[in-house]
Amino acid sequence: MKASSGLKDGATARMGMGIDIRTLAMIGILVLLWVVFGALTGGTYLTARNVSLLVRQMAFIAMLTTGVTLILVDGQVDLSLGSLAGLASGIVALLIIGAGLDIISSILITLLIAAAIGFVQGTCVARFRIPGFIVTLGGLMVFRGALLGITKSRTIASFPAQFKAIGQGYLPAFWGVLAAVVASALLVLFQTLDRKQKQNYGFEVAPAPEFLLKQGLVTAFIVGVTVYINQYQGLPVPILIVAAFSTFLTIVSQKTKFGRHVYACGGNQEAARLSGINVERVTITLFTICAVYTAVGGIILAARLNAGTPSAGTGAELDAIAAAVIGGTSLMGGIGSIPGALIGALVMGSLDNGMSLLNVDIFYQMIIKGLILVGAVGFDINARR
Amino acid sequence: MLESILRMNGIVKSFGGVRALSGVSFDVRKGEIHGLCGENGAGKSTLMKILSGVHHSGSFEGEIVVEGSPRAFHGTKDSERAGIAIIYQELALVKEMTVAENIFLGREPGDGPFLDAHRMYGEAMELLRKVGLDISPAAKVKSLGIGQQQLVEIAKALAKDARILILDEPTAALTEEEVRVLMGLVRTMKASGVTCVYISHKLGEILDISDRVTVLRDGKTIGTVDREGLSEAQIIRMMVGREITDRFPKEEGRPGGTAFEVRGLSAFDPKRGKQVLSDISFTVRAGEILGIAGLMGAGRTELLMSIFGATAWQVEGEIRLEGKEIRIREPRDAIEAGIGLVSEDRRRYGLVMPLSVMENMSLASLGRLSRFQLLDANLEAKLAGDEVRELSIKTPHLGTKVSALSGGNQQKVVLGRWLMREPRVLFLDEPTRGIDVGAKHDIYLMMNALARKGIAILMVSSELPEVMGMSDRMLVMRGGTIAGEYRRENFDQEKIMASATGGRL
Repeated sequence: MKASSGLKDGATARMGMGIDIRTLAMIGILVLLWVVFGALTGGTYLTARNVSLLVRQMAFIAMLTTGVTLILVDGQVDLSLGSLAGLASGIVALLIIGAGLDIISSILITLLIAAAIGFVQGTCVARFRIPGFIVTLGGLMVFRGALLGITKSRTIASFPAQFKAIGQGYLPAFWGVLAAVVASALLVLFQTLDRKQKQNYGFEVAPAPEFLLKQGLVTAFIVGVTVYINQYQGLPVPILIVAAFSTFLTIVSQKTKFGRHVYACGGNQEAARLSGINVERVTITLFTICAVYTAVGGIILAARLNAGTPSAGTGAELDAIAAAVIGGTSLMGGIGSIPGALIGALVMGSLDNGMSLLNVDIFYQMIIKGLILVGAVGFDINARR
Repeated sequence: MLESILRMNGIVKSFGGVRALSGVSFDVRKGEIHGLCGENGAGKSTLMKILSGVHHSGSFEGEIVVEGSPRAFHGTKDSERAGIAIIYQELALVKEMTVAENIFLGREPGDGPFLDAHRMYGEAMELLRKVGLDISPAAKVKSLGIGQQQLVEIAKALAKDARILILDEPTAALTEEEVRVLMGLVRTMKASGVTCVYISHKLGEILDISDRVTVLRDGKTIGTVDREGLSEAQIIRMMVGREITDRFPKEEGRPGGTAFEVRGLSAFDPKRGKQVLSDISFTVRAGEILGIAGLMGAGRTELLMSIFGATAWQVEGEIRLEGKEIRIREPRDAIEAGIGLVSEDRRRYGLVMPLSVMENMSLASLGRLSRFQLLDANLEAKLAGDEVRELSIKTPHLGTKVSALSGGNQQKVVLGRWLMREPRVLFLDEPTRGIDVGAKHDIYLMMNALARKGIAILMVSSELPEVMGMSDRMLVMRGGTIAGEYRRENFDQEKIMASATGGRL
C-alpha cells in the first residue's frame, strides 16, 4: 500500500488553516447574504460605517460563542452564558462606578470571579456528575438572581471614557493597518516554518509559487478588510478583543495537546480515559475558560451600553449556541471549530443588522432567525450523509 | 428442497464513485442454512443492507426475488413484510427496556391506542421458550449477557414471523457454550422450516452448520459450493484469492526474564456487592505471549481492566513491572508505567469516531509529540505514517475519519495507538474479534514482532483455537479466579475446557 502518497493529505487535513469545503460553503452563504442585503438597501449595508457597526454589535455574542464552542465539542452545554455575562457586566459596573475602583483592577476582579464560577460549574459537572444541562440551567437562574440582587434591579451608569472605549473605541487607522500587517507577517512566518519542517520530514508540499500566492492572498485579505473598515474612524476595539481571544483559543484547540484532548473526550469519553486523558480536568478547564470569555463578553457589553443593567445578556446563551451550531458544531460532541462558530455568529449578526436596516419588524426577525437555524442545521446534517 | 426462496441477481451498488458491489448473485434455497463468507470490505454488509431495505430499491442495480416474485424494498418495513429478518452484529436492542418490550418493539399488541401488556408478556414468554431462554420477559435487556441478548434478537425475529433469518456474525461475542446453544437453535429453526443465512468469519462454524456456502470477494460472488467435501482451506482460498497455509503463524520465541508480575489481585464491585476477582497471581516474561482463556463472565476482561485502573471497583494486590512495584489508580497511571490496552470493544472503548486515523493513533502519545502544550503536527504525521505502513492499514490517507475504515483496519489503528507509545506490557482483549482472516493474520504477525522486541503480551480471547495457537503459556479463568495454567507443549482443548467449566474429564 502506498502510505506515502497519503501523508500529504493527512498532514494538511488539520495542519492547514482548518478550512474545508463546509467552511467554504458557509463563507459562500455569507457573501450571498451580504450581496442580497447590499442590493436591498441600495448599498447602505456594505458601507464601511455599517460594516463597522455590524462587527461591533456582534462582538458580544462572538465572545460567548468562542467560549462555548469547545464546551459543545466536549459534549457538554452551558446555558448560563447570558446570565453570567450579565452578572459580569453588573460586577464591573459596581466596581468602577459604585466603588470607584480603577479600570484594570475592576476588570481583573470581574474575570477572577467569573473564572471561579466556571471552575465550580465545571467541578459540579465533571466530579459530581451532575448533568451540565442541569448545572448551567441552575446557573442561569442563580446568576440572574445575583445580578438583580447586587444591582438592586437598577441600571448602573455611566462609565469613564477609557472604559467605554472597550465597547465603543476605535484604533486609529495607522495602528490598525500596522496590526494587520504584523498579524499577516506572523501567519506567513509560521506557515513558512511549517513548510520547511514538512520538507525535512520528506512530506510533499505545495510548489513554491502556489504557496507564495496563497500567503499573498491571505495577507491581502487581512490588510484589505482592515483598510476598508478603517474608512470609518478606524478598527473597532471590541472586534480586536474578539480577534485576539478567538485566535488564542483557536490555536489552543487545533495546535495543542489540551485541544486534542477536548475533541477526544467529546468524541468518545471512555476511549479518551483509556488513552490516559484526564477527562474531568478537561471539562473543568473548559468551563473555566468559557466563563472568563463570557465575562469578557459581558464587559464589552457594559462598555457598549455604557451601563450595567439587570437585564443585560438575557437569552444570549441561546444566540451563542445557535451561532456555534450554524457554524458546524455538533451538540453530540467531538465536532466543531471556533472559526466555524465565528462565521456562524457573523451570519446571525449579518441577518440582524440587515433586517434592522430594512426596518423588518422585530417579531419577523426572530421568526426568520429561528427558521434559518433549523434549516441550516437540517441542510448540513442531510448533506453530510 | 431445491426450490429457491431468495434470489439476488446481478446486484451492483456504488457509493459516490466507489463500487461496493459489482455484480453479486446469491441464491438461497428454501429451508437451508446458507453460509456467507468474505473478508471485511468484500461487500457482505452492503448486500445485507440492500436485502433489508436500508439501501432503497432504485439506489442499486439488479433484482431481488423472494419466493418467486421480484420485490422492490423502499424501506426496512417492506423487507420485513417479505418475511426477512436480519440480526446485526451490533445488537439493536433498547437496553433500558424489558425483554418483552424489545421483542414487540414497533409492533406492540394493542387494544386500540392502549397497550395490551398481558398479551405482550404472554406471547413473549412463549417465544423465549422457543429459543430456549429461561428468563423473565419482564427482565431489562441490560441485565442480560450478550449471548442471551442474541437469543432475544432471534425471538424478536420469530415474533415477526420471519421465514428468512439472516444472522450477521452472531457468535462474534459469544463463548463456546453460548455458540453451541445458538447453533442448536438455528438447527431447530431449520427443522421448523425457517431458512437461514449465516454470515461469519468463523469458518469452523460455517462448515459445521451450513448446507451450502457462498463466498464474496471484492464485491463479486466467487462461488456457491456445497458443504460436502468443503474444507476451511478451500473457503479461505476463495475469500483471499490466495492460500493462507498457517492460520496461527506463531513464532516460538525465547522469552526473557519476568517483565510483569501480579500478586494477590482481587477486585470488589461495591455497586453490585460482588467479588469480581479474587486472589489472582501470575507473571509474564519479556517477549512472552500469555493467553487468558475462560468462559464469558469468568473475569478475563475484568482482570485486564482492573489492572489497568479502568474500573470503579476496589482493587487490591501488588503489581510489579520489571521488578518495580507500581500503583495504578487511573488508566493514565498504567499508561505512564508502560502498559497498553487494546480493549475488547473498539467502538465503545477504543476509537474516537469523529477523529481521523492519525488523531486516533496519536491519542496516547500526545505528551511525546508536544513541547510545552504545542503539538508537533508534522512529527505526529510522520509517526502515524510509520504505523500505517508497519501495520499495513488500508486507509486513503492519514486524515481520513477512522469511522470510514473497515473493522480490521480500525482494530489496527487501535493497536497502532499503543505501538506508537512503545509499551513494555501490552494487554490485548479480543484482538481479532469481528475482523477478517487477512487482518487477523496481520495482527498475529504483529504480535510475533512485538514479542521478538521483548514486549510482554497478555491476550484474552473467546476463541480457544486462537489462544492455543498464539500463546506461549495459558491461564484459564473461572469465577474470577485462575483455574488452571498450561504451557504450550501441554495445550489440550479438553483439559482446558474442563478447567474453564470446572468439570472433570
